[in-house]
Amino acid sequence: MMRFRNGDLLVTLALLIALPTVLPNAYWFDVTIRMGLAGIAVIGLNILMGFAGQLSIGHAALLAASAYTSAILVARYGLPSALAIVIATAGVTLISYGLARPMLRLRGFALAIGTLGLGIIVQIILVNEVAWTGGPDGMVVAPLQLGPWTISGERQWYVLVAFLLFLAIVSSLNLFGSPAGRALRALNGSEIAAQVAGVDTSIMKIRAFTAAGFFAALAGALTAHYSGFITPDLSAFMRSVEFATMVVVGGRGSTYGVVLGAVLLTILPQALGGTGEYEMIVFGLILMLTVIFLPQGIVPTLVAALRGKGA
Amino acid sequence: MRRYQLNRRGFLLATGSALLAPAIVHAADEPIRLGSVLSTTGPAAWLGDPEDKTLRMYVEEINKNGGVLGRKLQLFIYDDGSDAAKANSFGKRLIQQDNVDVILGAATTGTSLALVPLVEAAKVCLMSFGAARVLIDPVRPYVFKIPHSDTMAVQAVLGEMKSRGFRKIALISDTGGFGKSGRTETMKVAQQLGLTLTINESFGERDTDMTPLLTHVKQSDAEALLMISTGQAPAIIARNYKQLDLKLPLYTTHSQASYEFIRIAGPASEGIRMPTPALLLADSLPANDPQKKVTTDYKNAFEAKYKIDVSTFGGYAYDGLMIVVDAIKRAKSTEKAKLHQAIEQTRGFVGVSGIFTYSPTDHEGLDTSAFHMVEVKNGKFVEYKI
Amino acid sequence: MSDFLQYVFSGLTSGSIYALAALGFTIIFNARNVVNFAQGSFLMLGGMITATLITAKVPLPFAVAAATVITVIIGGLVQRLAIAPVKDADPVNLVIITIGASIFIDGIAAVVFGKNQHMVPAFSGDHAIHILGATLLPQSVWVMATAAVLMAGVSWYFRATLAGKAMRAVSINSNAASLVGIRPDRTVLVAFGLSAFLGAMAGAVASPITTTVFDIGLLLGLKGFVGATFGGLGSAVGAVVGGILVGLFESLVAGYISTSYKDAVPFVLIIGILICRPQGLFGSRVLDRV
Repeated sequence: MMRFRNGDLLVTLALLIALPTVLPNAYWFDVTIRMGLAGIAVIGLNILMGFAGQLSIGHAALLAASAYTSAILVARYGLPSALAIVIATAGVTLISYGLARPMLRLRGFALAIGTLGLGIIVQIILVNEVAWTGGPDGMVVAPLQLGPWTISGERQWYVLVAFLLFLAIVSSLNLFGSPAGRALRALNGSEIAAQVAGVDTSIMKIRAFTAAGFFAALAGALTAHYSGFITPDLSAFMRSVEFATMVVVGGRGSTYGVVLGAVLLTILPQALGGTGEYEMIVFGLILMLTVIFLPQGIVPTLVAALRGKGA
Repeated sequence: MRRYQLNRRGFLLATGSALLAPAIVHAADEPIRLGSVLSTTGPAAWLGDPEDKTLRMYVEEINKNGGVLGRKLQLFIYDDGSDAAKANSFGKRLIQQDNVDVILGAATTGTSLALVPLVEAAKVCLMSFGAARVLIDPVRPYVFKIPHSDTMAVQAVLGEMKSRGFRKIALISDTGGFGKSGRTETMKVAQQLGLTLTINESFGERDTDMTPLLTHVKQSDAEALLMISTGQAPAIIARNYKQLDLKLPLYTTHSQASYEFIRIAGPASEGIRMPTPALLLADSLPANDPQKKVTTDYKNAFEAKYKIDVSTFGGYAYDGLMIVVDAIKRAKSTEKAKLHQAIEQTRGFVGVSGIFTYSPTDHEGLDTSAFHMVEVKNGKFVEYKI
Repeated sequence: MSDFLQYVFSGLTSGSIYALAALGFTIIFNARNVVNFAQGSFLMLGGMITATLITAKVPLPFAVAAATVITVIIGGLVQRLAIAPVKDADPVNLVIITIGASIFIDGIAAVVFGKNQHMVPAFSGDHAIHILGATLLPQSVWVMATAAVLMAGVSWYFRATLAGKAMRAVSINSNAASLVGIRPDRTVLVAFGLSAFLGAMAGAVASPITTTVFDIGLLLGLKGFVGATFGGLGSAVGAVVGGILVGLFESLVAGYISTSYKDAVPFVLIIGILICRPQGLFGSRVLDRV
């Protein structure tokens, strides 16, 4: 059931359609596409972290697993790339489902550590199994082909990613307002209270984890074929930290918030790119300051401020 | 709806400045745009950092002396954090946003490979500081390499081992790009030369304790040990090696040819052998050696400015930059096709890493004659001949 | 047999470092219920500052002392500037703040100290000690001895001093503690300082073996955290035992199974233990506050 967000969605759609007209060159399209892919990934993470309140710092592992699966399916088994993406996404989603039960028996920091461990283990496997993955220097990935067309060039990819991002935003907003979404969000407040209210917390958490896995897998497979080149660094701890930061900075629980988080944190390394050694200092500083002064995240804080003024 | 305006305004600003920028610069005074992607952070930082410093230092110096063809050099440098995917992304930025005439970098094989498809498509020349053979074999029209390849290093070392009469070798390599590639080359060359690898194991680039690995080596009947790694690990391996009281001769590749290695490994570095470009032997080169002047000048200038020991990696950046400058002068233009041709016609260019001669079939430019075998004696690199 | 002993020595050495890091994590966790990801940076600072001072010809004991003092001050600053202002105790936010602090500190270290490896000469020479066919570096003995002394010191601190008991009180129930006149925020500051002290000492004494570089903190800190969780987050004994066991397992796997997968060992271990026994070896059953 779509709630009062209809107006917002139309504006989002208009923005996505209008954006290509102002982007000056392929490099800017590239940055925007990366924002879109990150946006898809964090919409998934938001379901786990924002709705259900479970901390995961291993999200990048699922993304990387899907990216490599898709790349290997095409490179080694000659599958058409569109099919590889579907299989990789489905496969990693299933794996998320399988991992969910044992992982979610862990609470709080234990879950954080468990997901972190997952991320590092995946990265180490990707680095060591050179015959499959090309090792630390990564592997080349074939471009995406949908039927007879090859999606090539940043403009065409933009259309695809924008479309999928829009779908992701719609489904996330739908979920938010639905009974299932409310049940998930009840978990965030207090699991015990949710149980008392009749919510089956285990099943809800598993579903949240699986949903997060789905979005990560989709983003991962797309990233592989878009970049044309993937490295084990995709699964690095810092990548997972970046995703978690996008969620926290943008606004946990807010779909638009996490997409904004994705936009800001994708642009940041580009803006800092030329500063060399100062990049780490600035990034760390921004991380701390944003979370200290805007603990709810940017969008919820803005929304609350607007509401406050209105009332 | 403030949050949307935020996004749109940002992009409009960016568009505006991008459109205005060319109008400000007059065509005739337009600077020569040099792009560079280097690993100044991450595991490959000790390669990328001296390269970064060298480029900045010499671009400034050249500009002070009037630039090249009367035009100033403008340097765009980005840090890829030792990650190939980031290198790829910055490569796109250099080509499409910064409109560079040539790219210097990246610092490692892996990050350089990520730039290859981009430069080939855009027909922009790439002077790579990565070492592995795979960069220039098969020859790609726009990709040139500066360092000696891992193949050459392995050939030099294994050849030397064979002439000393060793038949059984232990090989330890790191899991990074250079380590893995060096491992493949070693296995190939060992087979060609009829040597057996009794141990063939790997370690992580950031490992801090290799005693378990070296214990395996001690148990085997290897007569010599070759370690291949571009990271910090070899200094630690040298120390573990002394701790375990290993006696077999220890060799490594030119990726460790720097005074940093001797400093970190300390007394444990004594007796370690490796091939190195002439730069490290600048002080002890004979006066009539063609590389004597250029190596001593670079060494003195770099050490005076940065107060740290010169390294062969910085040397690669120096050579890359100077070859490009030389080519621009010969081509009398930075037009991409002319520049490409001029670089390919480089003959007998005396650099700090060796004397470069490129050709349409050889984008490596060096052969093993540019290598000197050295041994660490009393904290210095001393050349030896068998 | 001598190989086994060799792996054990190697494991005990790295295990001692992890144990000190783990102890630091536990102290802060007990005081403030936050996992301090900047712990690894404290280790790095201990080694880096010592190395820089020694290169400047400062005698070893002063270099280590200065490194420790500076790191403790930085630890206190992290608590005052980054943790204290965050009143609502959302653990997720706190984790991200400490990660940000860690990146910030590492970045500053990269600028100040450069990105190269740094060397600290061994405290009492490099002459390996031969025991039953295995060799042990004197520096390893330093590491293990320092760890043992520090652990004993911390244990005494918690049992016998008023300040230590105050910290334990805060960890059990901070409201009740403030009712009896203990100031929780002061206690948290001390916790951070103590943790930084342990980290700096560990880093300084380990640097002759591991060498030190501006980003060495991340992985060491993570492994220390694994050790703390393995032993049971909240239990000091657990942290120490956990850290040592992680080091031992790592070394034995590297020796007998595969050297390339060595780094994965702590993380496989932690996932396994968390699934089978989520409270860790020595932790108490996790209670949910309603």
